[in-house]
Amino acid sequence: MQAPVIEVAGLTKTFNGVAAVAGIDFTVSAGETVALLGANGAGKTTTLSMLLGLLLPSAGSVRVLGEDMIRHRYRVLGRLNFSSPYVDLPRRLTVWQNLMFFARLYGVPSARRRVLELAEQLDIADLLKQRSGNLSAGQKTRVSLAKALINAPELLLLDEPTASLDPDTGDWVRGYLEGYQRRSGAAILLASHNMAEVERLCDQVLMMSRGRIVDRGSPAALLERYGQDSLEGVFLDIARERQGPDAPERAAE
Amino acid sequence: MVLRHAYLLRTSWPRIFEMMYWPTIQMVLWGFFTLFLATKSSYIAQATGVLISAVLLWDVLFRGQLGFSLSFLEEIWSRNLGNLSVSPLKPAELMAALMTMSVIRTLIGVLPAAGLAIVFYEVSVFELGLPLLAFFTNLLVMGWAIGMLVCALILRVGLGAESVAWLAIFLIAPVSAIYYAAVFEGMRAILIDGVVRGDLLLRAALLNLLYLTIAAATFLYSFQVARRRGLLLQIGE
Repeated sequence: MQAPVIEVAGLTKTFNGVAAVAGIDFTVSAGETVALLGANGAGKTTTLSMLLGLLLPSAGSVRVLGEDMIRHRYRVLGRLNFSSPYVDLPRRLTVWQNLMFFARLYGVPSARRRVLELAEQLDIADLLKQRSGNLSAGQKTRVSLAKALINAPELLLLDEPTASLDPDTGDWVRGYLEGYQRRSGAAILLASHNMAEVERLCDQVLMMSRGRIVDRGSPAALLERYGQDSLEGVFLDIARERQGPDAPERAAE
Repeated sequence: MVLRHAYLLRTSWPRIFEMMYWPTIQMVLWGFFTLFLATKSSYIAQATGVLISAVLLWDVLFRGQLGFSLSFLEEIWSRNLGNLSVSPLKPAELMAALMTMSVIRTLIGVLPAAGLAIVFYEVSVFELGLPLLAFFTNLLVMGWAIGMLVCALILRVGLGAESVAWLAIFLIAPVSAIYYAAVFEGMRAILIDGVVRGDLLLRAALLNLLYLTIAAATFLYSFQVARRRGLLLQIGE
């Protein structure tokens, strides 16, 4: 049996005695798309940061692609990638220069070919000569996605991948991600507030609240468990601490 | 990494101008001062190149430090440190890239000033010969050590400390025997006495090795602290 792409056990992070993430456990398998869903401050970005090894946990373990991310993150960083609204690409560099830079940083063979291939797929070929700082929000998202895919990652971590995009661009990005996963078999973990996005893309949803995973399951299973017809209803139930008719983990707490 | 900064410098004339302007204006000012002093002092008249060479070497130290610190700050200003931190680039490799950029930035700043010193005052720092390379390396290494400490401070307390990048050299000036004793004594020994002081160069090299080791360890430790505190993704003020 293939080992999970992500294995998280008892993962905890405290800041000044306050738990931002409190003992969470989950796994993500190859070819699976999993969402971390929760209100602001639920611990989604903190969890992603620990998965990337950007943030050291206070307790627990994180294994990504079979490696301990606390001790040996550099063994696997070349096989995963990341996109987040908290980071940007150097604004004075053109899109071409940025993508070439990251291609070389990740040791991508035939860097030029890879950049041109992604530019074609993500419909940014006409932006290659533009400075990254001059792009619109939608264009920036597509360029950031190109950067995140530059090394054809086996694991893609996305923080709010369609935040601040108009519905059309957001839909296009979601369609692209679905296609990428089908073609590559990569695992995708995304943190999002966008319920439609989660429902469309994800095989599994981890509902987070106050640093804990308070419920989990496929979108369909969650809808059934909470008696809701959309994930937004489930989200609101959890955010407002209303229990669904059959919410075992929450009931057990 | 060097490619990323080369892209940046190629398209940013204000950055290039800033690098070249200060070493040149310093050299011109101290050149005029030297001409004036040469009419008043037989010591200066004997070795007119001492002050100008000292200013140029001082700028190697200053530009070397700034080159390291500013290249690091560019990553924070452009919110790119998060991207770098999740890439396979190791902190030690980042340090090596910043040192390389420091050499490039220093040469861009100091070489035109050194050329103009020949044109304006007939003073060539290149007449120091091979020891110039040793002085240059020593000053650059010292600049890197200070740059690493500045970057470590910025990682710890955020961009509020960025002005320290410009201040750092002047902070140590009162306790550095004004203009870095070993190298400048060595330079004077060549220009005035025609003697290469290997003992001074060795002392400078050993001291720099010690400073660089301490600074590199501090820089790497700060990265570790930033990982513990979650600053790499959201470093700001």
